[in-house]
Amino acid sequence: MLLPAGFLFLFYGCFTMFKIDSNLFDIGRMDTLATGDTPLHHLDPRAKLITTLVFIVAVVSFGKYEVSAMIPFFIFPLVQIAYGDLPLTYLLRKVMIVSPFAIFVGIFNPLLDREILFHFGSIGISGGWVSYLSILMRFTLTVMAALTLIALTGFNTVCLALEKLAVPKPFVVQLLFLYRYIFVLTDEAARLMRARSLRVFESKGMGFKPFASMVGHLLLRTLDRAQRIHLAMCCRGFEGHIPILRPMRFGIREVIYVAAWTMVFTLLRFYNLPMKLGLFITGLFT
Amino acid sequence: MSHHTIDGKDLHYIYPDGTIGLNGISFHIGHGESVALVGANGAGKSTLLMHLNGCLTATQGELSIGGYPVIAKNLKVVRRSVGMVFQDPDDQLFMPTVFDDVAFGPLNLGFPVAEVERKVTQALETVGVPHLCKRPPFKLSGGEKRAVAIASVLSMSPDILVMDEPSSSLDPRARRRLIELLKTFEHTKIIATHDLDMAMDLCQRTIVLHGGRITADGPTREIFQNDALLADSGLEKPLRMQNCPQCGNPCTDETKDQVHSHVHDHAHVHGNVPHDH
Amino acid sequence: MHMADALISPAVGGAIWAATAGLIAYSSKKVTEGLDDSKVPLMGVLGAFIFAAQMINFTIPATGSSGHLGGGMILAILLGPSAAFLTIASVLTVQALFFADGGLLALGCNIFNLGFWPCFVAYPFIFKRIVNGQSSQGRIFAGAMLASVAALQLGAFSVVLQTLFSGISELPFATFVLMMQPIHLAIGVVEGFVTAAVVGFVWKARPEIVTPASHPAPIDRAALRPVLIGLLTCAVITGAAFSWFASANPDGLEWSMFKTSGHEELENRDGIHASLRDLQEKTAFLPDYGFKADGEEPEGEAESPPSWPAVDAGTSVAGLVGGALTLFMAVLIGLILKRRGNNAK
Repeated sequence: MLLPAGFLFLFYGCFTMFKIDSNLFDIGRMDTLATGDTPLHHLDPRAKLITTLVFIVAVVSFGKYEVSAMIPFFIFPLVQIAYGDLPLTYLLRKVMIVSPFAIFVGIFNPLLDREILFHFGSIGISGGWVSYLSILMRFTLTVMAALTLIALTGFNTVCLALEKLAVPKPFVVQLLFLYRYIFVLTDEAARLMRARSLRVFESKGMGFKPFASMVGHLLLRTLDRAQRIHLAMCCRGFEGHIPILRPMRFGIREVIYVAAWTMVFTLLRFYNLPMKLGLFITGLFT
Repeated sequence: MSHHTIDGKDLHYIYPDGTIGLNGISFHIGHGESVALVGANGAGKSTLLMHLNGCLTATQGELSIGGYPVIAKNLKVVRRSVGMVFQDPDDQLFMPTVFDDVAFGPLNLGFPVAEVERKVTQALETVGVPHLCKRPPFKLSGGEKRAVAIASVLSMSPDILVMDEPSSSLDPRARRRLIELLKTFEHTKIIATHDLDMAMDLCQRTIVLHGGRITADGPTREIFQNDALLADSGLEKPLRMQNCPQCGNPCTDETKDQVHSHVHDHAHVHGNVPHDH
Repeated sequence: MHMADALISPAVGGAIWAATAGLIAYSSKKVTEGLDDSKVPLMGVLGAFIFAAQMINFTIPATGSSGHLGGGMILAILLGPSAAFLTIASVLTVQALFFADGGLLALGCNIFNLGFWPCFVAYPFIFKRIVNGQSSQGRIFAGAMLASVAALQLGAFSVVLQTLFSGISELPFATFVLMMQPIHLAIGVVEGFVTAAVVGFVWKARPEIVTPASHPAPIDRAALRPVLIGLLTCAVITGAAFSWFASANPDGLEWSMFKTSGHEELENRDGIHASLRDLQEKTAFLPDYGFKADGEEPEGEAESPPSWPAVDAGTSVAGLVGGALTLFMAVLIGLILKRRGNNAK
């Protein structure tokens, strides 16, 4: 039991290490989506943020063997994708690629929990498979919700909404700065890598020493840049406070949006719609 | 502050690690003058620029802007009157959107919101990019970034514009557009640059720095014709003043019209050919 | 070792989020109080640096796998605890939002696991003690190595506890610990090497950058203690509130109690169990849910799943049919909306 588990984890470890570069370039795409011009895009970001959080809490609050009751929750991301004119396949692909942790840890459920929960025809379905399915379902729902939030709103706007929702300003400013410079610095790192790959002919990986000095150089450049940015800020009157003008209006549309979805989520959370429907339909045939 | 003048008297600056940045620099720049600051790498250009808005303070000597000595007490006034455009627009544009960036200065200066919005619109219109208002800076081209960086300074209505290598990493057309834009500004301008052709287009006066000292200060054209001086300072004649690439004859602005319309049959125009450095 | 929304119960996620939010507020206050406003851009750019540095990999000799900078420890060394904590939190937030690493509820856990331990424990109590103001290549190496390993071990153990208390994963405590700790020992050692090498590099090039961060007045422990106590109280209260809340629903924290009760750690289990079941029976709603605790209690082995929810074949077929139908309808609604949206344009 332990050995295969260990290998799986090692594999997981290697996997995460390669993830970063392929994922980064997606950020630009997400931001482009956020410049869309649908009513959902124009909704106050706080409304979208709050609704998404309510959604996530509702989904994760389900019991571990719950599968069918979660299905109606797909309506939320799907409606957002449809109304927000977002590319469904692209977002689905993103859901598939990301976060192997849930899949890896979850895979132990079918291995460990073998008690048959119910029979489907002649096949016995164990509790482990049901709870694994439940984990994957939660995962898909929560990830889709987070992705549609960003795709409809844009990262910067979500941050500003956070500030209006009383998240400490230094943290919000930190998020904005980080986001601003991700592209600049990853470009710099990519240049370093390219310069090296042009001089190294065998396709062997990098040794530790050149690696450390490359990262060290990158860090020194980063520190220099931070200094220059600080100078540029001081030149324009920076005294420790970052002013941001961004009027937001939480109007009647926003209230309705949040209230309506919250009601839907509450209803779906406590009232197993698919089960009722299924019972009704199977009832028709018996 | 009606006089947008800069006065430096015997400025010295030594970096904490002992490197000499400035080694006795004196100059006067008058209201509305446009001055090119040239010199090889490490000549002290950037160090001098950093003094102009108090990012660095001279270890010895005096610097005053519009009559105010550049000391801690006056920093606010000085920084308001000196607009500094950095070499890398990525260092200057640190806010989430172009609007936020251009509004950063005026908001810090405490202008009311309506006034800030007006200033932002005006600054973006001046540099010709009002349509970029809501874009994040990382989605702009090099030329657009430069324009926005300039706007972010213009929105503070400075009296003096200080620019570090404004034409670096611009494609020829963006560079030309920038030069045309800068020509329209009536501010007192100080432009540190390696782009001597641009210096010729924009500045009547040039200060040459070498090893932390001023080695020449005078009309741009005269200085660029002084081969010995340029060579000593680690510089090279602007391309348009060098010999014609096809005939090898010397070619200056004064002579080019006759020389080229009469003597040569190949048609090319010197001086207007954009060069990328 | 990112936690994921899918593995976490609202009770655990909420409690840890409360602690993390407290730490963010505390760190924000500290950073604002610190007079050095050059830290504002420095933190931002260093956060971006972590992303950039993770693009650069090296080959771990004799394993064929590769390693890169994790970043928590190096940020703590360069920025000090509070600023580093905010920076790590921002990096993880971006990861959660864009790469869906974990998800929003689990983000609290991730920030806590990967931020709290390196910044507020490993850095002040290990790295700083070892380097102790007198930087040398050897001390930096020892400090970075031990601190990285400790931070990752603590972080990995936190993941185990959070997963366990959430009760969504079936993994028994012992197996999970035996898997997580050794692997994160390896990751920690790699991280230690990388951190030591990069810090050493910067220290040689610009000693002033590394030294002041390790020099100034040792971390204000008198100030940290009330914060820690406050956080703990906060976590306990929210935990309690949530578990009350969760036990009002037939799931969540209660389940984790259920599960852990199979182990020897939790004493007095009958008491807890009985009262929980009591509570649940009193508060159970929707009796036709097929969920009410009526199965017998599992005792003794950890591996045997509890027999509730007692799902009978009839309800499960109904669930499948209904589920498929609902899914179909949801997709249909989406498609219709999409079509309408496209036509409107």
